[in-house]
Amino acid sequence: MSSCIHRFFNRSAILFLVALYLIPLAHVKCFAQENNSSPSSGIITVPSISNLIDTPNDHGNSITITWKVGSYDPSFVPMGYVILRSDKADRAYDSIGFQLIGETSFVDTGNLLNGKDYYYKLRVEGTDVLSTLGGPVQASGQWFHSGKMATFVVTVLFCVTVIIVLIFARRGREFYIRPIAGINAIDDAIGRATEMGKPILYVPGLGSASEVATIAAFTIMGRVAKRTAEYRTRVIVPCYYPESMIVAQEVVKSAYLDAGRPDLYNEKEIFFLTQEQFPFTAAVNGIMLRDKPATNFFMGKFYAESLMLAETGFEAGAIQIAGTDEPIQIPFFVAACDYVLIGEELYAASAYLSRDPMQLGTLKAQDWGKAALVILLIVGIISASVFGIDFFIRILDVNVM
Amino acid sequence: MKRQLPIAITFILGFVLTLQYFIPHRSFEIVYEVTNIWLQIIGFFAMILGILSLVMLHWDKIQYKKTNWGYSIVTLVSLVGITLVGVIGTEESPAFNWLYNYILAPISATMFALLAFFIASAAYRAFRARTIIATILLLAAIIVMMGRVPIGSIISFGIFPKLSDILLNYPNVAAKRAILMGVGLGAAATGLKVMLGIERSYMGSD
Repeated sequence: MSSCIHRFFNRSAILFLVALYLIPLAHVKCFAQENNSSPSSGIITVPSISNLIDTPNDHGNSITITWKVGSYDPSFVPMGYVILRSDKADRAYDSIGFQLIGETSFVDTGNLLNGKDYYYKLRVEGTDVLSTLGGPVQASGQWFHSGKMATFVVTVLFCVTVIIVLIFARRGREFYIRPIAGINAIDDAIGRATEMGKPILYVPGLGSASEVATIAAFTIMGRVAKRTAEYRTRVIVPCYYPESMIVAQEVVKSAYLDAGRPDLYNEKEIFFLTQEQFPFTAAVNGIMLRDKPATNFFMGKFYAESLMLAETGFEAGAIQIAGTDEPIQIPFFVAACDYVLIGEELYAASAYLSRDPMQLGTLKAQDWGKAALVILLIVGIISASVFGIDFFIRILDVNVM
Repeated sequence: MKRQLPIAITFILGFVLTLQYFIPHRSFEIVYEVTNIWLQIIGFFAMILGILSLVMLHWDKIQYKKTNWGYSIVTLVSLVGITLVGVIGTEESPAFNWLYNYILAPISATMFALLAFFIASAAYRAFRARTIIATILLLAAIIVMMGRVPIGSIISFGIFPKLSDILLNYPNVAAKRAILMGVGLGAAATGLKVMLGIERSYMGSD
């Protein structure tokens, strides 16, 4: 009997000890999974995932997690959160990143597959405490960047305006284009070089052949080359990019053919120099000082070398016409050149010279576009400054990220 | 066909790449990446043509002993020399780096440093008070210059820096933005003209 009682007490003692050991473990496990258990080790409230979305305006393979931070005793402030991810809610979670305690979001871009379910949790650094479960969520690529809506609408409206004006132009409507002194001076400048028996220097800028300013420079080059072919004047075209050289050769060659003087075309006059900015500048300056061209054209993209080129040309005694869409370089050209095509005038030159109604039509569309922008600006400024309405600011907000 | 095919290619690529700007989807990113690779391939072959053009031009000058033909020798020797050093020793070789760091970089820096003198000479001409507009330009320049140096602030009791900031932040920014608006619309219109085949002179035709 006594042995039975003894055995019973022994077993009870063992069970009691086991229970004593298991209770805290069960407590921690329960706290970790359900997150609504009592706080432990300085954690008052656990962090909770508040938003789990496919990252907007991207090509996919990315999920953005946002959470509400937990609160902690002053004695315990964790370093941050470990972000955990799994493709099954009840499977093991991998650590995929870490965010400091003040952060409330994380963009997961690590090896995510589009269209697959993912689950997320946060673990408080240095503890086993986990946040609420987030998910499932899938990554996917978007078919429209919502942050560029304003740009899209303006682009579509502008294209529609251009097409409407082109329809009017096709029907024979005439458009008035204000005189542009720089373009009017082109023929005189070529005539001057012809009279002096000196060459013309045409620099199509430091932009690549795919840039709009360089394309505009090629269109003007075509007109200039046609005139030089008619007047039998040499035209020298140093190029910064080999692609520009090839296009320039083709443009000049065609202009000479159009002028009926293919025999005068010399491919060696249109040459590649270098793709280094200042060596290019030095080389062009050298050409200006040695060959003494009577007329210099600087059309296209120019940067810090603009003034060096224009000043050297001035010192060499050339008449100079420049055109660029780089606002910072315009004052330098204005200071050192005889005529300057400012910004959009560079793009307008082709239409202005050709007098083609279709091309002139696009200029008119530009004017309408500018007028619309100016009206929008004035209305926006008045509504925001006087009436405190930020509607126009919001509709024109562009977020390219 | 010689005209239509390039216009068709231009239109299709122009349209797709314009759409690509608004579509972040991976398929359009691939289109953009592929076109960039094409551009690099074209650039490589264009570079061969460019170097050939450079060599032929200078060889011609040397062969016929044209004016300043000595410079052409320097150009060709430099071209061949740096190419050989780069090809034999790779871009990371000490010889290549030495040529770049101790010859090309100082030459470029020297050229850039000359800009200060060019600015001085251009400013001298631009700021002569011959007309009312030139006088306004001169006054604005004096205010901005004095506003940027400590002595300007001392002699004007801080007025020049304030006036300088007003000039730079309001009329200057307004003018720049006006130009940028025009440039933006002009670039869009030119792009559209090229895409629609209205502007064809870049192909060597009116």
